[in-house]
Amino acid sequence: MSADEVKHPGINLGDTRDLSHRDAEHDLFGFWIFLMSDAIIFALLFATYGVMLVGTAGGPTPADTYKILPAFIETLVLLTSSFTFGMASIAMKHDAGKVRLMRWLAVTLVLGLIFLAMELKDFATMIGDGAYPARSGYLSSFFALVPLHGLHVAAGCLWVVVMMVQVAFFGLDERVKVNLLRLGLFWHFLDIVWIAIFSVVYLQGLIR
Amino acid sequence: MSASVWPAVLGRFEWHALPFVRAWENPTLNELIGAGAAAIVVVGAIALIALITLLGKWRYLWREWLTSLDHKRIGIMYVVLAFVMLSRALVEAMLMRLQQATAINAPGVVDPEHFAQLFSTHGSIMIFFMAMPFLTGAFNYVMPLQIGARDVAFPLLNSISLWLTGGAAGLMMISLVVGTFSTGGWSGYPPYTELAFSPGVGPDYWIWAVTLGSIASTLSGLNFAVTIYKKRCPGMTLMRMPLFVWTTLCTSILMIFAMPPLTVATALLALDRYLGFHFFTNDLGGNMMNYANLFWLFGHPEVYVLILPAFGVYSEVVSTFSSKELYGYTSLVLATMAIAVLSFTVWVHHFFAMGQSANINAVFGIATMTIGVPTGVKIYDWIWTMFRGQVRFTVPMLYSLAFMMTFVLGGFTGIILAFPPLDYLVHNTLFLVAHFHNMLIPGLLYGMLAGYHYWFPKAFGFRLDEKWGRVSFGCWVIGFYLAFMPLYVLGAAGMARRTQEVFEPSFRPWLYVAGVGALILFGALASLFVQLWVSIRDREANRVTAGDPWDGRGLEWSTSAPPPDYNFALLPQVRGRDPFYDGKRDGDPYAPPPEYHPIELPRNSMTGPVLGIVGTALAFGLVWHMWWLAILGTVMIVATIIARSFARDVHRTIPVHEIERTEAHWLAAVAAARAIPRQLEMTPLNQGLAAVTR
Repeated sequence: MSADEVKHPGINLGDTRDLSHRDAEHDLFGFWIFLMSDAIIFALLFATYGVMLVGTAGGPTPADTYKILPAFIETLVLLTSSFTFGMASIAMKHDAGKVRLMRWLAVTLVLGLIFLAMELKDFATMIGDGAYPARSGYLSSFFALVPLHGLHVAAGCLWVVVMMVQVAFFGLDERVKVNLLRLGLFWHFLDIVWIAIFSVVYLQGLIR
Repeated sequence: MSASVWPAVLGRFEWHALPFVRAWENPTLNELIGAGAAAIVVVGAIALIALITLLGKWRYLWREWLTSLDHKRIGIMYVVLAFVMLSRALVEAMLMRLQQATAINAPGVVDPEHFAQLFSTHGSIMIFFMAMPFLTGAFNYVMPLQIGARDVAFPLLNSISLWLTGGAAGLMMISLVVGTFSTGGWSGYPPYTELAFSPGVGPDYWIWAVTLGSIASTLSGLNFAVTIYKKRCPGMTLMRMPLFVWTTLCTSILMIFAMPPLTVATALLALDRYLGFHFFTNDLGGNMMNYANLFWLFGHPEVYVLILPAFGVYSEVVSTFSSKELYGYTSLVLATMAIAVLSFTVWVHHFFAMGQSANINAVFGIATMTIGVPTGVKIYDWIWTMFRGQVRFTVPMLYSLAFMMTFVLGGFTGIILAFPPLDYLVHNTLFLVAHFHNMLIPGLLYGMLAGYHYWFPKAFGFRLDEKWGRVSFGCWVIGFYLAFMPLYVLGAAGMARRTQEVFEPSFRPWLYVAGVGALILFGALASLFVQLWVSIRDREANRVTAGDPWDGRGLEWSTSAPPPDYNFALLPQVRGRDPFYDGKRDGDPYAPPPEYHPIELPRNSMTGPVLGIVGTALAFGLVWHMWWLAILGTVMIVATIIARSFARDVHRTIPVHEIERTEAHWLAAVAAARAIPRQLEMTPLNQGLAAVTR
C-alpha cells in the first residue's frame, strides 16, 4: 500500500503532501481508541452526575448554583477555538506556511486560556456562594465532571504550546504533523464533551 | 530541625509504620509474621542488587532489558513480574488457610486486622499483579509473532505500560515494609474504605496501586488492538488469525472499555478520601451503590479479560498436540466475541443481595446464564478437535484437559450462583470463594502455565523439563481440588468468607483438608521453580534452535528459537489458517528469500523506566501525604513526556549483512537438526525440526 491509499478518519495529509507519514494511519487510529476510552470516563462521570443530582443534602441545588450566561459565553469561546484549530489543520494540510499555522494555533491557545479563566472564575463564584464540592454528593459529582473537562483543556493548551515550540524548532517534520493531527482530534473531542456538559449540566440545571 | 519541618517532609509517616519497630515493641506472633514478611522484601531486594552488582550485570540489564522496546523482552519481563507476585500471593493464601485451620475457637496465628490485610493483598495481587501481567506478557510475546509483525504498534507505550504495572506492583511490595495495606478486600468497598472507617494509609495504597495498574492495562489494550487491526502481515485476514490472536483482540477491547470504570471508581474514592468529596460516604448525599456499579462494570468484564486469553492458549495447544486443525474455528471466534459482548451485561450479579428489585435481578441472572452457552460451545469445539487426533499428553495438553474438567464443574456452581434466590443463600460465603477460584485457577492459571510450557522453548531456545512439569501439574490439580472443594461444603454450611476466627467445631476437618490443599499448591509453585532450575541446568541437552519443537501451526514457529530482534527477515505471506503447518507440508518453509532488506526497529528508551519510577514516587507521596513528593512526581511525569516528544532519533536500522549472518546461522541449525516424528518430541532428540509426511 502506498501512503496515498492509506486513509484514516479525519483530515488526511496524503493527497496534498508527498511526505505523508506512513504510520499516520495506525498512529491516528490508536488515538481514536484512546479518545473512546477517555469518552467512557466522561460517560461514567455523566452517569454519576445523573445519579447524584438528588443528593443535594439540603444544600444548593442546580437551579441555585449555575449561571447560564458565563457558561454560554464559554461555550461560544470553546466552539470558536475548535473552528480556529480546524483552520490550523487546513493550513498544515495545504502547506499554507508555518506563519499561518502558528497564527491559528496561537488564536486557539488564547481562546482555550480565556475559556479556562472564565471557568475558574465560575468555580470561584460557586465556592464563594457555598456551593463547594464537600458540601453534598451532588456538588461532588459536579466538581468531578466539569473540572475534569477543564483539566483536559489545560492539558490541551500545554500541548498547543509544545507543538508551537516544535513547529518552530523542527518545522513540519513527520512527527510534528502526526502530533498536530492527534492534538486536533483531542481538541475537537473536548468540544463535544463540553456540548454534553452544557446541555446535561447547565441547561438541565435551568429547570426549576 | 524544628518540629514543624518533619511533617512537611515525611507526611504522616512515623516509626510505628515500620513492622520491625512494631515487632520490637510488641513481639507477638502476629507482629513477628509481619516483620518477617517485610524482612523478606528488604533482604530479597538487597540480595538482588548485590547479585547484579557482583556479576557486573547492571549495564547489560539496563541496555538489553529494562530500556528495551522489543515486545518479546517486554513480554518476558511481564511474566517474570507475574511469577514474583504469584509467589507472594500464594504464601499469603497459605497463611490464610493456616489461620482458619488453627483459629477454631482459638485466636490462631494472626490478628483480625492482619488477616484482613492478607485477603486484601492476596486478591489485589492475584488479579492485578499476577494475572494481568501474566496474560499481558503472553500477548506481548506471542501475538506479534503470530500475526507476522515486527513489533506492536506503539513499542514505547508498551514499555510505559510495563513500567507502570511494575511500579504499581512495587507499591504493593513497599506496603509490606512501610505502613499497612487496606483491610477492605480486593474490591475496596466504601463506605468502609472511606476516611470515617479506614483513616490509615491502607486504602490509599490500594487506590494508587490499582489506579496505576488500570491505566497501564488500558494502554496495553489500546496497543494490542491497534497492532491486530493494523499490523497484520499480507494475507493474514481476520478469519485467518490464530485463535489466540482473536482472544487477544477481544481481551484488548474489554480492557479499553472496562478499565476506565475502575479508574473512575478509584479516582472518586480518592476524591472522597483526599478532598472530602461525598461520592460514597454515608452522609451528605453520598451513595455507595454507585461504587458497586462502577466497580463491577469493570469487575465483570475483567473476569473475561482474565479467562479469554487462557481460552486462546487452549485453542492453540489442543490443536497443536492433536495434530489437527482447530474444530469449529468460526464458532470459536463467534463464541469469543459473544462472551466479550455479554460480559458487559451481567455486572449486577456481583451484588444480587444489595437491594435492587427482583425483576432487575432476574434480568441479570438470565444474562449470566446465557454466557454459559458460548462457553459450552468452546468446550465442545476443543473436544472435537481432539477427536481422532494424534493426541500427545505433553504438559500443556495436561493443563488443557484438567481445565476442561475443572472449569465445567466451576461453571455448574456458577449457574447456581446466577440464580438470585440461591445466591441469597450462599452470598458472601466460602461457596462464592470456591466458585471463583474454581473458574480462575483453571480458567487463568492453568491456561497461562500451559502457555508458559508451550512457548518457553520458542522464547529461550530450549524445552522445559518434562518430569518436573508433570510433578508441578499434578500438584496444581490435586492441590486445587483439596483446597477448594471443601470450601463449597463450608460455604453451603454457611461459613462466611473472610472469617478470621471460626466458632463451629464441625468445620474443622474441612478446614484441615483445605489447609493441606494449600500446602500442595505451594509445592506446585516450588516444583515450577525447580523445573526452571533443572531446565536451565540441562539446557544444552534440550536445545530446539531450529524453532519448531511441537510441529507448530502458526507463524510464531517459523522463526528460530529464540527469534531474532526483527522477528521475520522478510514479512511472511499468508494463504491459510495454519500457514506454517501447511507450509511444511506443501513446500520448504525454510527456503531463504532471494534477498534481504535493511530493517528498521525502535531504539531503546529510558522513558518507560523513568515514568514507572516517578509514577510510583507520585503514588507513594500521595499515600503518605508527602505533598512535595507528589508535586515533584507530577511535574516529572509531564516533563518526561514533553522531553520525549522532542526526541527524533528513535529508530535503529539493522543492516543487511547482519540479517544475512543471523539467518544463515539459523538455517545452518535447521540443516543440522534431525527431523523427528511426534512420538519423540518430549525427548532430547527434539531439536526443533518436525518430520512431516507430505
